Amino acid sequence: MEQHTNSQGATSPPLGAEGLLQSPFRDGGVGAEGLAKRIIPCLDIRDGRTVKGVNFENIRDAGDPVELGALYAEQGADELVFLDITATVEKRKTLSELVNRIARYINIPFTVGGGVSSVADASVLLKNGADKVSINSAAFRNPQLINDLAKEFGSQFVVLAIDTRLEEDGEWYVYLNGGRIKTEAKTIDWAKQAVDLGAGEILLTSMNHDGTKQGFALDITSVLSDLLSVPIIASGGGGAMPHFVDVFTKGKADAALAASIFHFKEISIPDLKSYLKEQNIHVRI
Amino acid sequence: MNIDSTIKEGGGNIVIVKYNAGNIQSVLYALERIGVSAIVTDNHEAIKAADKVIFPGVGEASSAMNSLKENNLDAVIKELKQPVLGICVGMQLLCTFSEENDTTCLDILHQPVKLFRPEKNSNIKVPQIGWNTLYDLKSPLMEGLNENSYCYFVHSYFVPLNEYTIATTNYVQPYSAAFHKDNFYGVQFHTEKSSVVGERILKNFIEL
Repeated sequence: MEQHTNSQGATSPPLGAEGLLQSPFRDGGVGAEGLAKRIIPCLDIRDGRTVKGVNFENIRDAGDPVELGALYAEQGADELVFLDITATVEKRKTLSELVNRIARYINIPFTVGGGVSSVADASVLLKNGADKVSINSAAFRNPQLINDLAKEFGSQFVVLAIDTRLEEDGEWYVYLNGGRIKTEAKTIDWAKQAVDLGAGEILLTSMNHDGTKQGFALDITSVLSDLLSVPIIASGGGGAMPHFVDVFTKGKADAALAASIFHFKEISIPDLKSYLKEQNIHVRI
Repeated sequence: MNIDSTIKEGGGNIVIVKYNAGNIQSVLYALERIGVSAIVTDNHEAIKAADKVIFPGVGEASSAMNSLKENNLDAVIKELKQPVLGICVGMQLLCTFSEENDTTCLDILHQPVKLFRPEKNSNIKVPQIGWNTLYDLKSPLMEGLNENSYCYFVHSYFVPLNEYTIATTNYVQPYSAAFHKDNFYGVQFHTEKSSVVGERILKNFIEL
């Protein structure tokens, strides 16, 4: 491609000239090779603000989820997840206003989760610009919700989140209410049912791994990925860059989600993506 | 990624076709980010009088077609002479027929819309969700983009390669990520969610 030269003689490189937007995968690639593995930072929101400490220098107000989300987008995050942990119903309006601001300023897809328990809840988020909603306990208690959302807005809008724990009997069980309530449902069965009902993606968080920084739950992630026809987003345990290689190879995940390692700058998204690329994992750089 | 996606001078009278199809707000905001204001309307005269028409779409083909027909927007779109950009399902509806619930579409581009059918045990997911690359770029719509630029896709159905293809993407097999026929353009990916690459394509469309 021709380079454009301005009057100072400096060149203005065409898009992607630094290799930033280029992929080695193109014609001749087969199957799904062209599709990049996704890196997804998760932001916890309470009353419209980011919670948990965030530790960024080049950001005016680390408590503003829109500003933090925009920073991640600029750094190469492939999507964002905003998880609303606002306790009260009265504060829901804050969330819809926040979603509207995110949609206005952020140019990558984003999912909103937390407290969605009806088509009406989801509709407010969609109208304000959310690309996807994540549902969890409400869907388990009322599986028809998945079907209703998929019919109304399409499966691509419905991310089913599952909090799961490996018990001593060697089985993975579904937990509700942020991991506080154990159910007798096996994760594999629930995930399969949810996909049959119309869930477009599964966001799988292993409670055994979450917060440990010892790596993702590779076995259950890979079992679900093989079993289900929809993408699996792995969450919980990513603490070092090799963990992400493992979750995309051994775990067969389509996307990996993490929170504190990004917020506390233990791993930066550009560094992580460069590392993954060196390890022959296809990422968007 | 230093991509100049800001429109310097207006962009004319831009109309987004209003019908029951999801992400209209996102398209409006993406235009706003590049400095373009647009009107969202289902008014026939306003659509016909626009300098550029954007025809977005998320969701299912037959219900989207039904929504168009209810307001006789199908006939209006077919007769448009100004540049028209169909996005995602909007692109698919410009084709002849969609395998999604056997839907008869607008037949502007004489192509079928087909379901991805990966081989069994291939572990290829349908829908395709995520960032994939565009290659064999042609047409002013792709001005300023390098080969293998990434865009964000969410879809289970695709338009096969054809003589009007202006960008190719590979998922299960190579297919049309974008086409240009006469005054009609279509993109399978979501320009409004494809970071600076998508914003550049929107800018290119506005400046056609």
